[in-house]
Amino acid sequence: MTNKSPFSYPSHPSNPDSNPTGPFAFEIRDLNVWFGTKQSLFNISMNIFYQQILAIIGPSGCGKSTFLRCLNRMHELSPGVRVEGSVKLMGKEIYAADVDPTLIRRRVGMVFQKSTPFPTMSIEENVLIGLKLAGIRNRSFLEERLEQSLRMAALWDEVKDRLEAPGTSLSGGQQQRLCIARAIAVQPEVLLMDEPCSALDPIATAQIEELIVSLKKNYTIVLVTHNLQEAGKTSDYTAFFLGGKLIEMDSTKKLFTNPRHKFTEDYITGRFG
Amino acid sequence: MRVAFYRFRKLENILVQLLCAFASFFVILPFVLILVYLIVAGASSINFDFITQLPKPIGEKGGGMANSIVGTLILMGLTFLIGTPIGILSGVFVYEYGNEKLRKIVRFSADLLNGTPSIVIGILVYGWIVSPMHGFSVMAASIALSLIFIPLVLRTTEESLLLVPKELRDAALALGIRKWKVVCYVLIETAKQGILSGILVALARIAGETAPLLFTAFGNQYWTYRLDEPISALPLQIFEYAISPYEQWHRDAWAGALVLLLLIFLLHLSVRILLKKKS
Repeated sequence: MTNKSPFSYPSHPSNPDSNPTGPFAFEIRDLNVWFGTKQSLFNISMNIFYQQILAIIGPSGCGKSTFLRCLNRMHELSPGVRVEGSVKLMGKEIYAADVDPTLIRRRVGMVFQKSTPFPTMSIEENVLIGLKLAGIRNRSFLEERLEQSLRMAALWDEVKDRLEAPGTSLSGGQQQRLCIARAIAVQPEVLLMDEPCSALDPIATAQIEELIVSLKKNYTIVLVTHNLQEAGKTSDYTAFFLGGKLIEMDSTKKLFTNPRHKFTEDYITGRFG
Repeated sequence: MRVAFYRFRKLENILVQLLCAFASFFVILPFVLILVYLIVAGASSINFDFITQLPKPIGEKGGGMANSIVGTLILMGLTFLIGTPIGILSGVFVYEYGNEKLRKIVRFSADLLNGTPSIVIGILVYGWIVSPMHGFSVMAASIALSLIFIPLVLRTTEESLLLVPKELRDAALALGIRKWKVVCYVLIETAKQGILSGILVALARIAGETAPLLFTAFGNQYWTYRLDEPISALPLQIFEYAISPYEQWHRDAWAGALVLLLLIFLLHLSVRILLKKKS
């Protein structure tokens, strides 16, 4: 895949089986999700490219977040959710009976809309909590990982002198980068981001967006966003969801300049949503 | 017309504020009255002997309530040891585990237990433990007090956990942390303050319980350090002295009440300071 620019992928039709083969982080087939009796995702099939950024756009309530939470089995934490279909992570079915959702979540990290540093912990403890609770005690390893994660999250220089300060003492944008550092400290393969910038000011947003692009080197990223500019700036390809259905998925450039579907065009030109 | 209308709204606003302040006054007033009365009636009887000596027969000078003070502390300690793990763990269960029906059953039972008159709990424990074991005991008393203590802790634990933002739990689980570790290291840690003050309020409540002790601890004129013997406690001693016909015992009852109140006050203060230091 090194010889291909992200935008040189053939357009991504509704049937992902006609795509070029891999490498895929996720292969999703006929994913259906119900909350109680209400179905919120309908027959979603798509492939998510390895170490690329996929943006998911669509109006509120279109199922973007639900879809995201299906990728690391976080949705199971809400009561009454039922899932059908297949989601393969690096070729392995994550909904197989013998799969432990905790281990899936270790491989597929998540960053939320609201920054969530643990209020009782220092900056350092926040970053290392995942590793520590996984039983890692080696001090030098932890310190190395602490610096590495904070550097990758572009936060190291700002906090290296006050690692003992509470995580909640940071500014909003710093808190969100701390959460990203915390998520990457456990070295997942994929990062799911659920509107990570929607609660931030424009400067902090720009920093996080830059960070997201830089993280592509090491991670597959799925980014849910309401902000079309953000999707355009950061992502390699974009999926448009509407009413729980995947309407269109394509390279970001193509989807934004030449959408195939009328709904997509209406949405990106601001005619609804 | 307009001005008058706004003036009325402003007046309304002030009125509501005054009503709230007026109501709050009735919270402060009884407390102050109780405190003042206890100090006036009891403080003169509190001296070194009162907190170090055993009670003396009527007529003899001196003597104190040392065994009752220690007895209350022992009962509080044992109840804390029995009730805290059960209260917190069942609170966590209601918050985090089990299906909705099971949770409702646990919650409902706790509420009913909470509403059970303490004298009924005393009689029950008398029937279950005191009678079969042929004797009043420290153990029976602390179990009776635990039955009051546990539902209080359960509910405050659950309520404190509910105050922790859902996002924190999600964020922790999304790191691939096992659920029990999320519960222990993130949820309980974050809700710690609320859970601790819940325990504190529950402890203060059982420290003053008298009715269940009548059937279980029974009271004792001497020192006890055995779990299977009757024990004295401040509320029991206060009760005994207060219904006696002797003027000196009445004064001692007031003094005992003051000591009990101070004990609870100290407990509150120390936990407050402890919590502040940590954060």
